[in-house]
Amino acid sequence: MSREIGEVILDLKNVSLAFGGVKALTDISFDVREHEIRAIIGPNGAGKSSMLNVINGVYRPQQGEIVLRGRRFARMNPYKAAQAGISRTFQNIALFKGMSVIDNIMTGRNLKIRTNLLLQALWWGPARREELAHRAKVEEVIDFLEIQHIRKTPVGRLPYGLQKRVDLGRALAMEPSILLLDEPMAGMNVEEKQDMCRFILDVNDQFGTTIVLIEHDMGVVMDISDRVVVLDYGKKIGDGDPDAVRSNPEVVSAYLGAGH
Amino acid sequence: MLYRENGQFKTSYADDQQIFPIAQDRWLIIGLLVFAFIGVPLLVDEYLFRAILIPFLILSLAALGVNILVGFCGQITLGAGAFMAVGAYAAYNFHIRVDGMPLLVSFLLGGLTSALVGIFFGIPSLRVRGLYLAVATLAAQFFTDWVFLRVPWFTDNASSGSVSVSNLHILSWEIASPLDKYLFCLALLTVFALAAKNMTRCAVGRQWMAIRDMDVAAEVIGIRPMFAKLSAFAVSSFYVGIAGALWGFIHLASWEPAAFSVDRSFQLLFMVIIGGLGSVMGSFFGAAFIVILPIALNQFLPALGGLFGMTISTAGISHAELIIFGALIIFFLIKEPHGIARLWSTGKEKLRLWPFPH
Amino acid sequence: MGFFVETLIGGLMAGMLYSLVALGFVLIFKASGVFNFAQGAMVLFAALAMARFAVWIPGWLGIDNALLGNILAFLAAGGLMFAVAWVIERLVLRHLVNQEGATLLMATLGIAYILEGLGTSIFGSDIYKIDIGMPKDPVMILEGTFEGGLLINKEDFVAALIAAVLVGLLTLFFQKTSTGRALRAVADDHQAAQSIGIPLNRIWVIVWCVAGVVALVAGVIWGSKLGVQFSLATVALRALPVVILGGLTSVPGAILGGLIIGVGEKLSEVYLGPHIGGGIEIWFSYQLALVFLLFRPQGLFGEKIIDRV
Repeated sequence: MSREIGEVILDLKNVSLAFGGVKALTDISFDVREHEIRAIIGPNGAGKSSMLNVINGVYRPQQGEIVLRGRRFARMNPYKAAQAGISRTFQNIALFKGMSVIDNIMTGRNLKIRTNLLLQALWWGPARREELAHRAKVEEVIDFLEIQHIRKTPVGRLPYGLQKRVDLGRALAMEPSILLLDEPMAGMNVEEKQDMCRFILDVNDQFGTTIVLIEHDMGVVMDISDRVVVLDYGKKIGDGDPDAVRSNPEVVSAYLGAGH
Repeated sequence: MLYRENGQFKTSYADDQQIFPIAQDRWLIIGLLVFAFIGVPLLVDEYLFRAILIPFLILSLAALGVNILVGFCGQITLGAGAFMAVGAYAAYNFHIRVDGMPLLVSFLLGGLTSALVGIFFGIPSLRVRGLYLAVATLAAQFFTDWVFLRVPWFTDNASSGSVSVSNLHILSWEIASPLDKYLFCLALLTVFALAAKNMTRCAVGRQWMAIRDMDVAAEVIGIRPMFAKLSAFAVSSFYVGIAGALWGFIHLASWEPAAFSVDRSFQLLFMVIIGGLGSVMGSFFGAAFIVILPIALNQFLPALGGLFGMTISTAGISHAELIIFGALIIFFLIKEPHGIARLWSTGKEKLRLWPFPH
Repeated sequence: MGFFVETLIGGLMAGMLYSLVALGFVLIFKASGVFNFAQGAMVLFAALAMARFAVWIPGWLGIDNALLGNILAFLAAGGLMFAVAWVIERLVLRHLVNQEGATLLMATLGIAYILEGLGTSIFGSDIYKIDIGMPKDPVMILEGTFEGGLLINKEDFVAALIAAVLVGLLTLFFQKTSTGRALRAVADDHQAAQSIGIPLNRIWVIVWCVAGVVALVAGVIWGSKLGVQFSLATVALRALPVVILGGLTSVPGAILGGLIIGVGEKLSEVYLGPHIGGGIEIWFSYQLALVFLLFRPQGLFGEKIIDRV
């Protein structure tokens, strides 16, 4: 294995989040180390997606802070997060429905675009060269995800499994250092799940990308992740490597109900 | 069998990213342009220039601007007429107040002024969306209506509130005859349409569309909503402003604020919806439809009445026009909510497969 | 001080009429998600019908009792508005289910054109009077409290009263009847309402009927005050800031928004107008709504939208 788990890259400290009176997250702390695959699991409504939304600034927690490579963020916002190298996929696929696969993935290169509007309007030298260079990069992503045959298709017409793949492609096009995956395998069949697992492991392996992952399929989670956080009702009830989490009595009762 | 892309292999990404990747399309559009610049002037009489072609060209440009904002960036506007007015009056003031100001420069400055005003009235889009925003843009409309009517400075203290321009020329080319006007508008439209196509296939266009389709996701992958939305407002208002200046200077030559009323705004929105949201081509289709329809009805209705031995009064015609116009719009929205551009592209798909149905 | 209060009261009364038009918007938007630009044309159409029927019906039936004539004309105009609602649902809305907001808005603009064209071809395009016996003379009130008393237009007062009663009746209708409950259910969630067996199409017809009646009342009041003419159709544009201010989905918002805009317009016209030129009230209300939106994007009582990803 080429990857080596490194220092703590992302550290969440005492994060609490509420919507009106509803507490989504209560006093949650955990860290993510460089190059690792970190899973967040928990029953429905445990606050997993809220957790990801806090990490990349879609939601603003009332308390707590995020430390990213030693920089403290009391308030993250999505744009800052993207600049800091965090990208993500979405639970309910948030692709740009009116655009083709290639354009969707090209949007992932947005932060790296340097030419201005006027040059783009004229399709002038630098703008044209830049566009073509990014296209080449995007084609690499397309090759990696094996979606060459659908590159010109509007994403709205694709089946669910492929849309998920394009969603991953868009996130990868950002060349992120941290990749947040919100239920990348939900609703997939076994074959699609295997493909997706392979992509995730390859990304982690080849590019050394740190991955934070929410997933319901316990088999997958236990197989591919290095460490697991368990949430229940917005509280952290377990944290550690897969074996430790599996034998944690609190986790077992959260999943199977009390009395077991 | 004529419309096939078989055998046209792309060997570079540059080839693949042309505006018209299919060779037949390229030839068609080149042919059209040649016809528009050379063929039309030989064939067409003055009335047609004045009544149809010049308004069509100018309103196409305005529709293009509206389409950038509504179709590509997803921000509904009911205030396009306001930006036409700003463009026209700003260009007018640059034209008369600065000695020896070249016509094209006045137009550009008019467009830029309109872009600035557009950015200002686009600020609410950062907070509100959809229909709330649509109504907010009406604020721009009514405000400019009032300003150009009541503040005499903008109309150079003209007592009637109407302003006029004459003696337009670029270098030594005097733009006087309908043919000159047509060529001038056509040239400008060609340039701006090409620029619009370029923007919409580049990073900035993708930003607009990303905001339109899913703004939260757009922000997550590093698109600043503020920049994307305000740039769409700016570019759109620039286009609409230039169109306004053309409408005032070239088409009307003498105009009052009523030329850019809220009805104009509705008309422009109709054009992009009927033509096809998010399609450069659609803006032209929509403009053609809206420009030609009333003229066609005007010719057709009395003839139809005569067929049944009725004479329809002028008032009757204008009422019937309203009704038929409304009915056609509804019919269109029901039958093809994605506009004429969608019909066009389905037609092309069919043609590619022809003569085999599948 | 007396003058200020007079302006204020004048504003409140004009505002009540705005509320009435805005109410038409809100009802339809709530139940079908359609932003009905034709509301103004409906007001015009209803007022034209009322004005002409009040002349025609007594002529046809040989009645010379003004009150009876007006009542019959009102009923006939109401029936016509029901028919309009039914036709709109049948021919337009039914075919545009699940279209985007902009498309629906355009469709209502199309409806507006048709109604304007139809109205003027059937009923003529002159200026008509509606005379329902509104008192026209102004009265002085509260002479003890303010020096010189307050000059109040009786007609405005009656109009505001009618509007208030109508709003009250509508509230009762929405809160207490089973149809009202069904309407609210549809407003909250189309699909859920359908799945428990509420017939969507019938609900829409009812909503448009109610909006038609609201338009008729607004048309009659405006018409009796200013005469029925084509410009009545633009009253919709005057009422839009009201809807925005109050929130697109809120009935109390429409009422309060109407009052605020009414007062704002009158005060700005009286106190600001002389300094920057007349005719500012139309854009002033829009700017008022706009500034307000910047702080509260969902309007006074609109529902807050939470983004989920």
